[in-house]
Amino acid sequence: MTAPAIEGWFTTGPDPTLTGERCTTCTTVYFPPTIAASGFCRNPACSGEEFERVQLSRRGRVWSYTDAQYQPPKPYSAPEPFEPFALAAVELPEGIVVLGQVARGYGVGDLKVGAEAELVVEPEAVGDKLIWKWLPLGSGHVTELGEEADQ
Amino acid sequence: MSARTSGPGVAVAGVGMHPWGKWGRSFVQYGVHAARAALTDAGVAWTDVDLVVGGETVRNGYGGYVAGSTFAQALGWNGARIATSYAACATGAQALDTARARILAGLSEVALVVGADTTPKGFLAPNAGERWDDPDWLRFRLLGMTNPAYFAMYARRRMDLYGATSEDFAQVKVKNSKHGLNNPNARYRKEVAVEDVLASAVVSDPLHLLDICATSDGAAAVILVSDDYARRHGLVDPVRMKAVSTVTPTFPNTVLDMPMLSTDSSGGVEPERTFKESLALAAYEEAGLGPEDVDVAEVYDLSTALELDWIEDLGLCKRGEAESLLRAGDTTVGGRIPVNPSGGLACFGEAVPAQALAQVCELTWQLRGQAEGRQVEGARVGITANQGLFGHGSAVVLTR
Repeated sequence: MTAPAIEGWFTTGPDPTLTGERCTTCTTVYFPPTIAASGFCRNPACSGEEFERVQLSRRGRVWSYTDAQYQPPKPYSAPEPFEPFALAAVELPEGIVVLGQVARGYGVGDLKVGAEAELVVEPEAVGDKLIWKWLPLGSGHVTELGEEADQ
Repeated sequence: MSARTSGPGVAVAGVGMHPWGKWGRSFVQYGVHAARAALTDAGVAWTDVDLVVGGETVRNGYGGYVAGSTFAQALGWNGARIATSYAACATGAQALDTARARILAGLSEVALVVGADTTPKGFLAPNAGERWDDPDWLRFRLLGMTNPAYFAMYARRRMDLYGATSEDFAQVKVKNSKHGLNNPNARYRKEVAVEDVLASAVVSDPLHLLDICATSDGAAAVILVSDDYARRHGLVDPVRMKAVSTVTPTFPNTVLDMPMLSTDSSGGVEPERTFKESLALAAYEEAGLGPEDVDVAEVYDLSTALELDWIEDLGLCKRGEAESLLRAGDTTVGGRIPVNPSGGLACFGEAVPAQALAQVCELTWQLRGQAEGRQVEGARVGITANQGLFGHGSAVVLTR
């Protein structure tokens, strides 16, 4: 069984979600889920110190996107030879913009600011760990949702 | 004395640089060269300097971590007060702010602010090691998210929202390369055509190699003095530093910011202004001026497209209209509001702790009418802007 590349940031399975944290005092939602460890709500008007784990919306709208056509430096692990990959920032209904690589097989031509994207989980480019990715929706490609997570 | 020159401020007595480029020298040598050039420009003796503020560089070992004392020792211990600042790309501005605040408080009269760096070729990368709680390490490890990838996200948004084109971005490079032709401190002094930019390799779509600034070695230094010292020293009609803005973002920061993987949650209500807009606003408020007063701007063109963002963040035109200014030639020297007459990072390359100081050097030469070959005629008010990572950024207003 393959494990997430980072513990506790997203769920796996057919309908994966990012795992956020919600301040129980002011209801502000945070991602990545590192706020409880720091112990204090980042909303300057709030003195909350307790947080609950929440599943973030799976779908959002593309804030922007690009790709990496040159190999990024370490600690990124790139395959040999290097394969370019796309990146997207997606705004979720919670109002959080979250970066992620774009699902394998999709590039900048499949994306547009404002278009819909959905969270999927796929293996990393190197190794067998899993990572969250953004799947462009309505781009003309036909992909069974959840297909990547089943790999 | 006009309204422009009244109110609190300090005088810029002298500025200096080491020419940027790969010279194979140490950051200390670069910094000392810039410092001595600034002292000479000011006509100030090193022994008169009572405060040294060094811009820290994390790439140069212990000497870089304690840059203030490194430069002070190299110039010869003179008993000055000392400080070192690190604020990523806003390092130089934060160092200036420290110096200016001490002078305004009456605690110092003559301050040397200096920043210098030697920067490796290629992508800037995190320090070695494995740190699962370090956002800068995580963005590379989990996503392969380089600095140009962030710049490309901003660029792509301009294209999809405002109809910017790759040709527009290339035109920024064309303009800045022309501006830098006669700048003796610029590393790249060569005309570039739109076709050159478009023919260069794509690094991160839509940005080409020539849309993105190189890394470089470089140094810049500024001598700030009190009004009283300026008078006693016979400094007539000096350039004055009217504002140094180093404000943080306000929560929620909803624009994706390097090196973060995500933004704060907007909670359904977008903040009144973005981080970069607030940097400019704080500078204007402190200076008692507005965008309509600005004659010249030096902004952080880490990418060509980013220059267009900054023009709007500084209020020099409305959101989405920077391409119109560029196309009309308004941002070229000789135009309505010249931007990056120095040639910008396009011609200098990035030397992190020096760049915000280099912007102030350029505006000082512009306001004195000494920017030979790139002079903005009659410039009286200039503004700089830059954004460092992790909530750092700055804007400085100079007047004459």
